Amino acid sequence: MFTFAMRRLAIAIPTLLFISLIVFLLLNLAPNDPMAQVPLTVPPEVKQKMREALGLGQPLHVQYFKWLVQFFWIEPQVLIDHLFNTQFSKDDLRVISWQTRSPVMDVVVQRLPQTLWVVGMAYLVGILIALPIGIYSAYRQYSVFDQVGTFVAMIGYSVPPFFSGVAVIVLFAVQLGWLPSTYNTLHEVVSWDSFIIQLKQMVLPVMVLALQTTAQLSRFMRASVLDNLNQDYVRTARAKGLNEWTVVMVHVLRNSMIPVVTVIALNVPSIFGGAIITEQVFKVNGIGQQLILAIYANDLPTVQTLVFIFTILIIFFNLLADLIYGVLDPRIRYD
Amino acid sequence: MQTHSLVILALSALGLSSPSFADRGGDGNVSIIYWQAPSILNPYLTGGTKDLESSSLVVEPLGRYDNTGALVAYLAEEIPTVGNGGVSADLTSITWKLKPGLLWSDGSAVTSEDVKFSADYCLHPDMGCASLSYFAGVSSVDIVDDLTVTVNFDAPKPNPYGPFMGYTAPIIQKAQFENCMGAKAPECTDQNFYPIGTGPFVVTDFRPNDVIQMKANDHYRDPAKPAFATVTFKGGGDASAAGRSVLETGEFDYAWNLQLAPEVIANMESAGKGKAIAGFGPLVERIEMNLTDPSPELDADTRSTRKAPHPFLSDINVRKALSMAIDRPLLVEIGYGKAGKVTCDLVPAPDLYAAKNDYCVAQDIAGANALLDASGWVTGGDGIRSKDGMRLSVLYQTSTNAVRQDFQALIKEWWGQIGVETELRNLNASVFFGGDPGSPDTFQKFYADVEMYANTFSGTDPQSYLAQYLCGTEPRPESQWQGENINRFCDPAYDALYAELTKTGDLARRGEIGIALNNMLTKDSYTIVPLVHRGRVSAHANSLGGVILNTWDSELWNIADWYRIK
Repeated sequence: MFTFAMRRLAIAIPTLLFISLIVFLLLNLAPNDPMAQVPLTVPPEVKQKMREALGLGQPLHVQYFKWLVQFFWIEPQVLIDHLFNTQFSKDDLRVISWQTRSPVMDVVVQRLPQTLWVVGMAYLVGILIALPIGIYSAYRQYSVFDQVGTFVAMIGYSVPPFFSGVAVIVLFAVQLGWLPSTYNTLHEVVSWDSFIIQLKQMVLPVMVLALQTTAQLSRFMRASVLDNLNQDYVRTARAKGLNEWTVVMVHVLRNSMIPVVTVIALNVPSIFGGAIITEQVFKVNGIGQQLILAIYANDLPTVQTLVFIFTILIIFFNLLADLIYGVLDPRIRYD
Repeated sequence: MQTHSLVILALSALGLSSPSFADRGGDGNVSIIYWQAPSILNPYLTGGTKDLESSSLVVEPLGRYDNTGALVAYLAEEIPTVGNGGVSADLTSITWKLKPGLLWSDGSAVTSEDVKFSADYCLHPDMGCASLSYFAGVSSVDIVDDLTVTVNFDAPKPNPYGPFMGYTAPIIQKAQFENCMGAKAPECTDQNFYPIGTGPFVVTDFRPNDVIQMKANDHYRDPAKPAFATVTFKGGGDASAAGRSVLETGEFDYAWNLQLAPEVIANMESAGKGKAIAGFGPLVERIEMNLTDPSPELDADTRSTRKAPHPFLSDINVRKALSMAIDRPLLVEIGYGKAGKVTCDLVPAPDLYAAKNDYCVAQDIAGANALLDASGWVTGGDGIRSKDGMRLSVLYQTSTNAVRQDFQALIKEWWGQIGVETELRNLNASVFFGGDPGSPDTFQKFYADVEMYANTFSGTDPQSYLAQYLCGTEPRPESQWQGENINRFCDPAYDALYAELTKTGDLARRGEIGIALNNMLTKDSYTIVPLVHRGRVSAHANSLGGVILNTWDSELWNIADWYRIK
């Protein structure tokens, strides 16, 4: 298992480098201009000077190499400095955003907590709702509950968050006035009351996101439980005289969880990736919103860094899912 | 009865005069929402309106333009003119005097050193300064004494109000930015996020692309202002969400630039929590005629350059007929509502330079048809006019935007009625306006017959705007397709008149020349076909007082005078 993990990690390095190159080339070859947002009243020669000041005049391979050094050499040093109060990265040029002219990673660090709170919470809520629905739907296949569950899951699957987000805002914020329509990113939780406010402003984005997770996971759970309910070991368990609760919740559930755990693990990187549209709709200052704003502004260093962070996370969680497989199912061996 | 009315009188007097009695910070918090979030607070490093306007709360220029476009002194004691001796008679220098006793928000004194430094900072060759054009022609900035600076120009400058006027060229503190010159400018994150200024507010927390927290500046020059103790400046989302949060839910006090359909705004206003306000600058939505041939059969060095005149748009009658067929009042009604007015001018404001033409207001399909008939364009079997085998078939491009696509559809219909075939095309705004010389889809390359967009000028003097249409300023392969003469217009008479404008200091005469130049491009040649004079619509809560929408400078130019209506 250890050698397997090591080998997978070693393969990951060239994969990551290759992906970083592809991302860099794609972004650079796409028609875009960081000065596109600058008003037309700024003369073209001034814009050209501004482009040069951003380092755009340099050849592609120089730009790529600079980014590699900044990302893999200087940024880790900054992290070490931050953790241990050392001075390695003093005066080194970090990955600088074209929009804010400040280090990209600083903004990432500033925004990650909101994303983890909102999207992570939605994921958790989604899982907690989806699993019981999936199990019960399978156990009572074709019952009214199953039909309603299928219908709701269908809606959750097919309604995009830019619609459901605005719909819940119009209903709960504008018409009923119960909940705020924008996420106050300055709010700090210091007391019970402020915690309630925080909870209130999280309800709508979490609800929109959880609807999607629930829809997806409950379908997986249902299918997986259905598969297992027809197996011989279930009949055996029932023949032994075990009650239905033990049969379903102990025997069937454990076996049904294997594929569902994979799905859950593989989707974890999306928590870090944030929810681009939902964050934008509710103005949650998360990573997803940072990515979309950077794309709008053609802020290549930010887009590239964020996309690459997501890549690392996806590769890491893929590996993790593979390893968890081995733990859950002893028949799968890597040595 | 008498006592009653006296009480009412006293109450209303109190209510009306409450802002003048208000102490600094007495009105609590004011919250502002911009649907584009500010990324940086250094106006010299960004051209973005959102960044310029948010920084205008903190750093201030010597003078600003007010809501009528007139010049108002801010840090300066008065606006220098030839009349008061501030501008030299030969128009080559301008002398600014600072108000005495001004303090930075850190308590140190504002001196002429800071003013000179602001110019040096922007003029540094490695800087990539976004406001460089405002310092064009500056040969030196001399310190006369602690409070006086003289800006010298290398040639007579009839409009010397480029440097240190308006939100694009404010005064920054020398002590803070001294080590941030040139290539080091972007690395000074703290300075760029937390500038020390003279404005009514000081930044306490800056989160890029999200939210800014500010508090009242203890050292602001008027001890009774600002009325608000803190500002929350939220960014992000979209225009409809911003409008909703002010007009419908009341979560914010002020929303900027609501580019929304007129009925959407009216609908939001009916909730009764706030009102939409409109202001008009010189922004004009127009159709640009390509005077050169964009045919894809031509080679890259000839296509859309002055080497190849346009096969049918070179004919003024065709251009005139295309303009006559358009129903501008309907376009305004559909696309802009109270945020638009019909215009036939390239320069619709300020009043001094506005020609106020009305030749294009009424739609005249019959007249356009007659004009084309008379000039030999004959309708063929398919309903499309042609002459010498050349069909009137137009490729009409613009950026992707709901209103612009509505306009395209309507205009295509009207042009169909005069026998002109129209193919529509829309391009992503960041590509269309991106100016990438490698892309065939930029508005500068103009690989289409006509294109539609809006343009404007900053400040109140259109000289540099009119300079865009001189011969030789057109985008072309040799200039890497950079340049502002989008139509490839070239008229020696225009160039000569423009040259006179650059030497004229007398305002009335400048106005006359400006109007003549405007007419040469619009009324006389139909090179530019103006459609809509576009205003800006913002919204404020009913409880927010003192708002005066200004399109000539920062919208938040008078935030020091805002107050809470109680």
